[in-house]
Amino acid sequence: MCLSIPGKITEIYTDGSLLMGKVDFGGALKEVCLDYVPEAQKGQYVLIHVGFAISVLDEEEAQETLSTLREMAALDEELSSDEIR
Amino acid sequence: MTPLEQIDRALAIAKRPDVIFTSYGDMLRVPGSTVDLFNVRAKGGDVRVVYSPLESLKIAQANPDKEVVFFAIGFETTAPPNAMAVQQAQKQNIKNFSVVVSHVCVPPAMEAILSSKKNRVQAFLAAGHVCAVMGYHEYLPISQKYKVPIVVTGFEPVDLLRGVLAAVKQLEAGQAEAENAYTRAVTLEGNLPAQKVVNTIFQPVDRKWRGIGMIPLSGLGLRPEFESFDAEKKFSVGEIITQESPLCIAGEILQGLKKPPQCSVFGKECTPSSPVGAPMVSAEGACSAYYRYHREEVSA
Repeated sequence: MCLSIPGKITEIYTDGSLLMGKVDFGGALKEVCLDYVPEAQKGQYVLIHVGFAISVLDEEEAQETLSTLREMAALDEELSSDEIR
Repeated sequence: MTPLEQIDRALAIAKRPDVIFTSYGDMLRVPGSTVDLFNVRAKGGDVRVVYSPLESLKIAQANPDKEVVFFAIGFETTAPPNAMAVQQAQKQNIKNFSVVVSHVCVPPAMEAILSSKKNRVQAFLAAGHVCAVMGYHEYLPISQKYKVPIVVTGFEPVDLLRGVLAAVKQLEAGQAEAENAYTRAVTLEGNLPAQKVVNTIFQPVDRKWRGIGMIPLSGLGLRPEFESFDAEKKFSVGEIITQESPLCIAGEILQGLKKPPQCSVFGKECTPSSPVGAPMVSAEGACSAYYRYHREEVSA
């Protein structure tokens, strides 16, 4: 099944009885249903699955993953500079 | 995971001239016993790919003289969107919309694998997006009962590494806990509004898994009060008896008993462009991943 991807909420509105919004996936805007994340705010990142936001991403926790990524990149650099030597 | 006869029943509905059949893109190439949805479309069937189940509802509203059927399949992650489509159809009184439901749930399948005498699985990475919806409280008793670490894991490469690391650390320390390594998206209780709508529309049912067989209460089906949205009842498809390809070992692969290259049709009759079994279909399927990234054969 199609995987979920994170995107940033740029707009929130209602369509009939449904809470909808526009989400930015790295430049591509798509309409998604926000009914399952009524607490979501404009500017927050949400996880989108088949056109529905299923989770609001915790920014602090996301930063932790990013710092692991940076650590890996740093380690990678260190290792490859070792190789050159 | 969807059993062959379920695919065949969906195909029988998709072939009807009065039907617009809508589905997620990755179901189009899942083979039934003779054809797939692509073949049905090639022969003139109106089969359309939708990104969201709400698009199916819009198609139903735009085509009141047609019956619009949506293939509501997937794990717990797609259950809330699919349930919402049915709920909206009822609220908006859209009568020409119905669904073929074939939902499956992770915890009963995990238990089926763990309780098998042949089980070789030592730890599970629990799919993070299923847990984003359902939380991970269901895994606490399973990890305790079977003494197996279950680590909630995200899908970015670094998330996967983190999940594997957490599982290995637990195994080395002799622990067996349900652990969350995907904290930015997953909480213990999951998405409660989504679970509420799922429980309103669906109820647990016995479900046959392709290649594995029947697992009690491992799926979701429509509750009786939403029967009018059941496409299989609407079109009285009836019983379809099918036979799986005797060559495909999807069941053993899904249970971790065999690896894709051990299958006699892997990479030969069965490739991502012409899959014999379900794990070869979408990119995240085990056979498809082996086909793309397996290096042994090249270096041999």
